[in-house]
This record gives sequence, C-alpha cells and structure tokens, in this order.
Amino acid sequence: MKPLLQVEDLTIRLPKGGDREFAIQKVNYNLMPGEILCVVGESGSGKSMTANAIMGLLPKTIQVDAGTIIFDGVDLASLEERRARELRGNRISMIFQEPMTALNPLMRVADQIGEVFLIHTNMNAKQRDERALALLVDVGLPDPEKMMKAYPHQLSGGQRQRVMIAMALALEPAILIADEPTTALDVTTQAQILKLIKELQEKHNTAVMFITHDFGVVAEIADRVVVMEKGQMVEIGGSDDVLNNPQHEYTKKLIAAVPPLVAPHREALLEVTPVLTVNNLCKTYSTGGGWFSKARVVKAADDVTFTLHRGETLGLVGESGSGKSTVSRCVVRLLDSDSGEILIGEDAIQDLNTAELAPYRKRIQMVFQDPFASLNPRKTIGQIIADGPIAQGMEPAKALAKAAELLDLVELPRAALDRYPHEFSGGQRQRVGIARALAHDPEILVADEAISALDVSVQAQILDLLDTLKVRLNLAILFVVHDLRVAAQVCDRVIVMQKGKVVEMGVTKTVFEAPSHEYTKSLIDSIPGASWRSDLPDHIPQEGQPEKQPAMSSV
Amino acid sequence: MNIIKTLSQNKVAMVGFFVLAIFCLIAAFGPLLYDGSPWKMVQRPFLPPFENSNYLLGTDTLGRDVLAGLIYGTRISLLVGLVSTLIALLIGIPLGAYAGYFGGWVDELLMRFTEIFQTVPSFALAIVIVAIFEPSVYSITSAIAIVSWPPVARLVRGEFMSLRSQEYVLAAKLNGQTHRNIIMREILPNSLSPIIVLASLMVATAILLESSLSFLGLGDPEIMSWGYMIGAAKTVVRQAWWLSFIPGLAIALTVLSLNLLGEGLNEALNPKMSGKREN
Repeated sequence: MKPLLQVEDLTIRLPKGGDREFAIQKVNYNLMPGEILCVVGESGSGKSMTANAIMGLLPKTIQVDAGTIIFDGVDLASLEERRARELRGNRISMIFQEPMTALNPLMRVADQIGEVFLIHTNMNAKQRDERALALLVDVGLPDPEKMMKAYPHQLSGGQRQRVMIAMALALEPAILIADEPTTALDVTTQAQILKLIKELQEKHNTAVMFITHDFGVVAEIADRVVVMEKGQMVEIGGSDDVLNNPQHEYTKKLIAAVPPLVAPHREALLEVTPVLTVNNLCKTYSTGGGWFSKARVVKAADDVTFTLHRGETLGLVGESGSGKSTVSRCVVRLLDSDSGEILIGEDAIQDLNTAELAPYRKRIQMVFQDPFASLNPRKTIGQIIADGPIAQGMEPAKALAKAAELLDLVELPRAALDRYPHEFSGGQRQRVGIARALAHDPEILVADEAISALDVSVQAQILDLLDTLKVRLNLAILFVVHDLRVAAQVCDRVIVMQKGKVVEMGVTKTVFEAPSHEYTKSLIDSIPGASWRSDLPDHIPQEGQPEKQPAMSSV
Repeated sequence: MNIIKTLSQNKVAMVGFFVLAIFCLIAAFGPLLYDGSPWKMVQRPFLPPFENSNYLLGTDTLGRDVLAGLIYGTRISLLVGLVSTLIALLIGIPLGAYAGYFGGWVDELLMRFTEIFQTVPSFALAIVIVAIFEPSVYSITSAIAIVSWPPVARLVRGEFMSLRSQEYVLAAKLNGQTHRNIIMREILPNSLSPIIVLASLMVATAILLESSLSFLGLGDPEIMSWGYMIGAAKTVVRQAWWLSFIPGLAIALTVLSLNLLGEGLNEALNPKMSGKREN
C-alpha cells in the first residue's frame, strides 16, 4: 500500500536562545490510508511540531530546516501559501485541544460548518445547510436541527468538540490531524469522543494522526505509535508492540510511569484517629440573576459528609463540575461554606474569623494544581517556603534554616533557596509547593489536583514523594484528583462525587473492583485503555519503605 | 535587568528616552547655566529667531527672551508632570488595590466614588479646581493629580481582581499572612508593569493639561511655562508664528518621547500583551 503522507528527515530549528537547537530532528514516518497513527510524548517533546508543519501553522520565527513532507506528490514543507491553503481544511484538516476557543463565539454552528463549504466548494446556501445538518447527525449531536442555530457558548465541551470534528470531516479529508482533542474533556466525554473518531475514521477510511500525551488513549485507539523524546523520534511500531514490548529505554520509562488500573491491596489502618471531619457540608453558587432574571443556582457541595484519618490518603474523585474542588477549598477555608460542620480534630472551624482561624491554618495546608501559578514569580524559593512560618511568628533566620531542611525533604538541592521559581521545571516547582505546605508541620495535606498539570513520568515521582512523606510524617492527605488511574494507586479510600453529591465512598480496591453506583461504573468504564495494563507490575514502590532519604534533624 | 536590555534594543523607545533625558538635563541645569530671567525685557519685541546671537530664539511681544522662557518652562512642565503623576499614583494605587482585593461592598463603594470623578470632564474639573484655589504651582499640580487618578484605580483594581485568585495568593492566605502583607508583597509587585506603563503615559497627559491650563491664563503668574508662552502669543500668530511654534514644538516633543518610551516599556514589560512578538 502506498503511504498517504511521508515525513522524511524533517528537521525544524528553534530560534536562538531556546532550550535546545532543534524542535524536532530527523523525524521519519509514513501515514497509511485508513490508519490511526498516535504521536506520543511528554510536553516539550516536539510531538505537535510535525503536525503544525504539515498544516503550515508554524510560528513565523520557527522554520523547517531540512526534510520533506510529501503529500499527494507535493512537498508541504516548501509549498507556497496559496496552494497550501487549498489543501488545508479540504484534503487535510485538524481538530484542536481547546474546544472553548477553537470555535468563533459569534457564529452559529450552522454558519461555522457552512464556512468550510463556502470556501472550498460552490454549494449554495441551502445545500450548505443540508450538508451541515447531515454532519451534525453524523457526529451524534442530540437534536441536530436545534444545534444548527446554537452559538458555541450554549454547547458543552464535548458538544463543541463534536462540532469541531464535524467541521474537520466536512469535506471528507484524506487526513485528519487531532492535536490532543480529548485532553480538555472529562473522562466520560473523552471516551465518547474517542469512540466517535474511531467510528468516523472507519466509515470514511480517513487516515488519522492523533497527537497525545496519554498512553491510555493510545491503547484505546492507535494502530501504530510514534514516540517522541526531546525532538527525537525514539520508537515507531504497531501499537501492541510498542505498548506491551517497548524497545527504547524512554518508552519503557514512560509506560512504567502510567499507573495501572488496579488498586493494590492496602493494609487497613490499625488505629483510627479522625483528624478532619466534614458533616453535611453545603455550598451553593448563584451566578447572574438581577431584577428581571432568575439567578442560576449550582449546588457545588450538597450534604457532603466524610472523615479523614491520620496516616490515610482519601481520594476525592469526580469529573469537572462535580464539586470536588469546592469541597477541598471549603475544608481549608478558602471558601466559606453555606452550612454544615468542618472539624479539625475536635474543633469546628467553619465559622471562625481570620484571627481565630490562625492557629488552625498550621494544621491544614494545601498543595495547588498549577505549578506555574502557585509560586510568586518575584520571590525566591527560600522566601516562598519561609514566609508561612514567619507569618506565624517564627524568627526569619530560623524559618530559612527550616526551609533548607524542607528542601532536603522534598529532594531539591539547598542551592535552590536563593533562586526564583522560573528557573525550575514543573515537577521541581511542585516540590517547592509541597515544601511550602509542610513548613507548618501540618497534620492534614489537601492536594488539589496536585499532579494533573505534570507529565506522567514527573507525576510518578511526585506521587512517590507524597507517599513517602505521608508515612514519614504521619500525614492525612485529602487527594483531589480526576484521574482514576492515579486514584487507584495512591488512595486508601475514595469518595466519588457527582454534581455536588457524594455518590459512593469506600475502600479503593472495593470501589474499583465492585463499584456500586452507576456513575462510578461509567467513570471506570470510560478510562481509556482500560484493558491494557490492568495487571499489577512488581516494581510499584511498596508502602512503608521509603527510598533513600536525606537525613533530617526535625521537620 | 532583562527589561532594561530589551528596552535598550528598541530603537524608537531609546530615541524617546534620549529626548527626555535632554529635556531633564535642561530642566535641572538650564536655569543655572543660562543666565537671564524669562520675565526681563531684553530687546525690541518681535525679534525673529536666529537674528541676534545673544537671543537665539528671538523675543516675544514684550521683548522677553524666548530661549530663557523655554528653559524655565521645561522645568515647570516636567515638575508638574512628574509630581502630579506621583500624587495620582498615591491616590489611585491604594484605592484600586483595596477595591480589587476585597471586592464586595468595599469595591462598590470605592468604584462609585471613582465614577464621580470619571463622569465630570477632567479638564473642566481641573479648571474649576484651579479657579477656586488661586492659580499656583501647588493648586495646578493637585488639580491635575485629582483629575488623573481614576484610570490608575481602575487599572490596579483589574490587576488585583485577576491576581487575587492566583494560587500563590491563596497559598499566602493559607499561610496566615495578613491582608496588608498579601497586598504589598504578593500582589502589588506582580502588577507593577502595567502601572509603570500607564504612569509614563500619564506624565505626558499631565504636561498637556498643565500647558492647556496655562494657555487659558490659569497658570501660576510667577512662573514662565510653555502653555503661558503660547497663550501670550496667540493674538499675534499671524505676525510672529514662531512665538507659538517654538513652545508648541517643545510640548509636542516631550509628549511624543514620553509616549514612545511608554510604548517601549509596554513591549519590554508585557511582551505577550503588546502583540508585536510572535511566539
């Protein structure tokens, strides 16, 4: 079979002063008709670069240095703009990661899709509408006639992504490039979109180039896989071979870092000391609403009750909008709850004012999601960590000494004290975030999606670190997470939330093996690549045996 | 130091910077080096420029030295511009910071108060203030400051509102930091760059305002200023156009160079926002 697209020795140079000389170097692969080729890699691996070069979407400062991209006998890398435009959206089309921003907010869906026909064909308005409607039916949108007249903001993320797919497939392109199309979506929506892409691809025999960072997604849909590392193509092969029998060290490392979807057996706690108790917590948001319109009321936490014990990791899982973040923020009193009780130890803290709350702040601390937004860019790492204890009345010199010890604890060099956050990678920043939280010697650590912004190999390291620290310092961790694979690995117990309500709570292993609520079942079924890596490998670090640790005098 | 480096590579901004630097030097040392009072009648009136080498820019309607007026005027223009901007920042930053940080009724109250100033045309308000108090450098400076702080408050409020939900600010709250500490040490340093850019443009506006007030005869009667010079020459524009043109050029150059510098600062401080650079 003749390949549809041939990428040969493609090299793209980065502008001077970048973190490496080439964005991608000597990349070679073919795309066959009717196959799904997954390009996988961590952030900064250059996995999107080839796709951008194919579509002519490279920024002006970045140019193709050498190599060719042959499609239909022409080289896309050196094709003039006018002719490239004829191919774009017509023979080759693309869907993007962010469905929120990829659609024009001022255009109705029908016009949005119709525009593709307007540009590339001679159809009249009526024909365009007919085709657009047929496409909406094709991508499985409910009530397509109504959808035609909808504006993007009236659709959910998954629906928008379906509209994007409808647009991309409008002219039956030979190649569909999908750049992380499901990353911004919830797991159940992601499962639907992946299924849709696969169905449409089979129906139209389209070749799909699917760019992703998620090996679960790869396992779900790929026929062949290309693995990228720092601009180099390190492995290419059939998806079974690459996933189950990786040859290159880097691929092995990446796959090993993907948490398997089986909850390991965990020893139940011998003595149970509740450190955090939440009783009937309620929090309602109302938005809009004025003199004439009714306010939109969202129950973000609806009668939430749970207990967190010393030395335990309690997972709070759910999709976006389930209220898991709201609960975590109410618990640390960043948000005021409407009703219910929050007890730290034996003391209720939900109604305390700022001054009364101060002593409790030390006992419950939070690790934030975004490693780039959670550190003040104008402070040194030392200041960031020492600020908390100083605010609580510790002498600055002593607080700095403690910050240095904490850096040892989170396995960062002490030299980091005088440096600024921008000098560190995402994983290192997250370690700083953990050190800052630990500076108060808290009993409870609330980790709000603390690893979801990180690459999978870094995720694994941070999870290891959290696990070690939990055992060493006898912490109770409330682990807010949307990734069920992660939850299965690190949590002793999990709480599943949906629309502000707790729908299921129990020991992780039980919940994953025999979920009792429908929603939990659908969540677990939606995890991409569920059948792959469902067995426990032996190298998972065992609990209670911390790896090599620097000596600590006191923390 | 990166900012200074980026700025120094921007040729247009550097032109603005050098013109401004020259004006600053003139303002600081001009009156010391160039003897001659701007009020003294030294020659026949309407002496055109470049005719008498003692009075290079000629004389005005009363025979006063134009160059001397220009040099003294530089001092007053820059001084009023800088000081009034400084006062405006001192009013606007705290108001905006409080409104943006606390939100709720504090925000409502402070913003309605700000709007009172914004609904009145600023130049008219400045005229009224100067007219109520008698025209002097102090009243002019305060009048300009009073009419020009609302945009600062608005800007700072916006910055604070977007930064207060940043995770590092939340972390500071969880640390038990005081509100004052969070405002001063966490949020303010991170919202400085747009404030600096705005301030550089405000100096230009203040200089224009001062000139306009003096032009209308509301300047300090003791002090020679560019606006006063144009105002005094407005009746003789057809006989002696240079009397309006020379101080006019000085005002235009100062304002232009401040704007160029402000633009350059904007690009250096917010490379993503200015849209010039493609990433």
